[in-house]
Amino acid sequence: MSEMFSMSAIESAAAPPLVSREQKNLRAGFIPLMDASILIVAKELGHADKEGLRLDLVRDVSWANVRDRLAFRQFDIAHMLSPMPVASMLGLGSNPSPTITPFSLGRGGNAITLSARIFERMQALTGLPDDASALANAQALAAVLLDMRAKGEAAPTLGMTYPFSSHNYEFRYWLAGGGIDPDRDVKLVVVPPPLTSDALAAGAIDGFCVGAPWNMVASERGTGRIVAAKQDIWPLAPEKVIGMRPEWAETNAETVSRLIIALDRAARWCDEPGNHDQLAEILSSAPYIQAPRDIIRRVLNGEFNLDAQGNKRIIPDYFLFHRGAANYPRPEQALWIYSQMMRWGQAGFSDENRARAESAYRPDLYRNALGAEASLPDPAEEAAMLSEFMDGQVFDPTQMQDYVARFPVKTEAAPSLSAHDA
Amino acid sequence: MSRSKITADLTILVIDENAIRASIIEEGLAEAGHSNVTVIHEVNGVARLIETLQPDVIIIDIESPNRDMMEHMFQLTRSVSRPIAMFVDRSDTASIEAAVDAGVSAYIVDGLKKERVKPILDMAVSRFNAFSRLQRELVEARNALEERKIIERAKGILMKMRGLSEEEAFALLRQSAMNEKKKIADIAQSVVTAAGLLL
Repeated sequence: MSEMFSMSAIESAAAPPLVSREQKNLRAGFIPLMDASILIVAKELGHADKEGLRLDLVRDVSWANVRDRLAFRQFDIAHMLSPMPVASMLGLGSNPSPTITPFSLGRGGNAITLSARIFERMQALTGLPDDASALANAQALAAVLLDMRAKGEAAPTLGMTYPFSSHNYEFRYWLAGGGIDPDRDVKLVVVPPPLTSDALAAGAIDGFCVGAPWNMVASERGTGRIVAAKQDIWPLAPEKVIGMRPEWAETNAETVSRLIIALDRAARWCDEPGNHDQLAEILSSAPYIQAPRDIIRRVLNGEFNLDAQGNKRIIPDYFLFHRGAANYPRPEQALWIYSQMMRWGQAGFSDENRARAESAYRPDLYRNALGAEASLPDPAEEAAMLSEFMDGQVFDPTQMQDYVARFPVKTEAAPSLSAHDA
Repeated sequence: MSRSKITADLTILVIDENAIRASIIEEGLAEAGHSNVTVIHEVNGVARLIETLQPDVIIIDIESPNRDMMEHMFQLTRSVSRPIAMFVDRSDTASIEAAVDAGVSAYIVDGLKKERVKPILDMAVSRFNAFSRLQRELVEARNALEERKIIERAKGILMKMRGLSEEEAFALLRQSAMNEKKKIADIAQSVVTAAGLLL
């Protein structure tokens, strides 16, 4: 595998070998998804080798396993959902263990797909056009839910991936934006991403929010209709990150720096459209994502077949691997995740919790590793992006409680699940 | 009777898609005096089952992608009375490693005493390991049978083509294997392949 893709990889001199006793062989857990691209390319194209590191990529089947194997030292680093380090620092979930991220694996990749049956009903009931906005789609679903309730039909079942996932928060955000209570008006369940398309076809679920390429797989089969992309909900929303144990990062500081450099090089490579044929080839090969190469290739282009009737949509930067400081782990992103945990009753607010959530994202490690080459966010652009939400809300990280209070749809009950809650 | 008194009142749920392994675990639990054991092979409807069973211990195969579904359920279902944590004692790294290596993951009702759960986990780990060993042995036995068949065919080819006795044919295979530092079965395979090309 490595040899196959490494021909053009090493153009410049390799970094001097690690002289310290720090770890050189890293076991990295990953879930077969397109947003593991940077990690996969760092190995396959020799970026890690060049930094004197050996990446051993271990494919896993569930986020719970990834979390546990990282906690129990079977993994040194892992491809993780962006809310996982935040949840770990807040003591949420069934095996929380301190986890930080110094590197974000980019943005984008998620979408929300509803069954063709529900979508037809949305169009029939509300006259929804084919090119309706994400918000209009959510409002049309709300209208269908009212109609279903009036007719005594059961509430639809919708799938996502994990309680502490971007998919959970984005699906909830979209539903609530349309006036739907995700805990009362629909039934949210967890479905492993590779099974979503089949579950939709079989009628076991009526919609889902997962990462690429599974939305396109369902829409091309004609069983589903894409109604919102991650970008529509909040373009700055983080997706996957590289997670690690804070004490490991401390004792392996140089290794972490070299890893960040290798990931940075891989991210730049992944972002180049000219490399996407090769990237699709690598991703579709056996150890990685077992999905058709042409679908992966089109997903990289952001070319969406919304349904089987040929309605298309091009989403620019559907995957953002590097540009726009996509790898910079923003504390604001960690805090936004925390705000959604508060909103849906997973965590309560306290200044201590706020500090814990923020400490999960470590831009200092990113900056230290890359120095002058670090891609830092533009402050003016960042400020503007805090107001680009589908429902017109503006996120103010300094006013967490007010921000959460402003949402018309949220969980009112006091949370009781976090060990750290005040 | 008295042996099982401290543990027998625990309610245990075993979720394993592999029916054979699940029954091996169930048997082990029965031997240890546990009678409140429920075994299921698929997770459909597991949320309702957990609500009604209120298990103290859940043992689930680590390779099950449905673990994420369980995590979600424990987060949202208010009807699961107490939070459930994985493993009894985080400081007991040897046990944790053994469990993860064996492919066992477990959820345990918070507050349960370590002494009550440890034997259950240890038993699950050793039975998971025994099951893997059994499977490995089965594969090895199958391979050994295949190898013997190939060696028999290679001997037959050599006897016919070079006019050797059975012993001489086998000695030739063995000698070639030693010279080339390969397994006899590999040499035999080359003989069979070569014969297929030549004849």
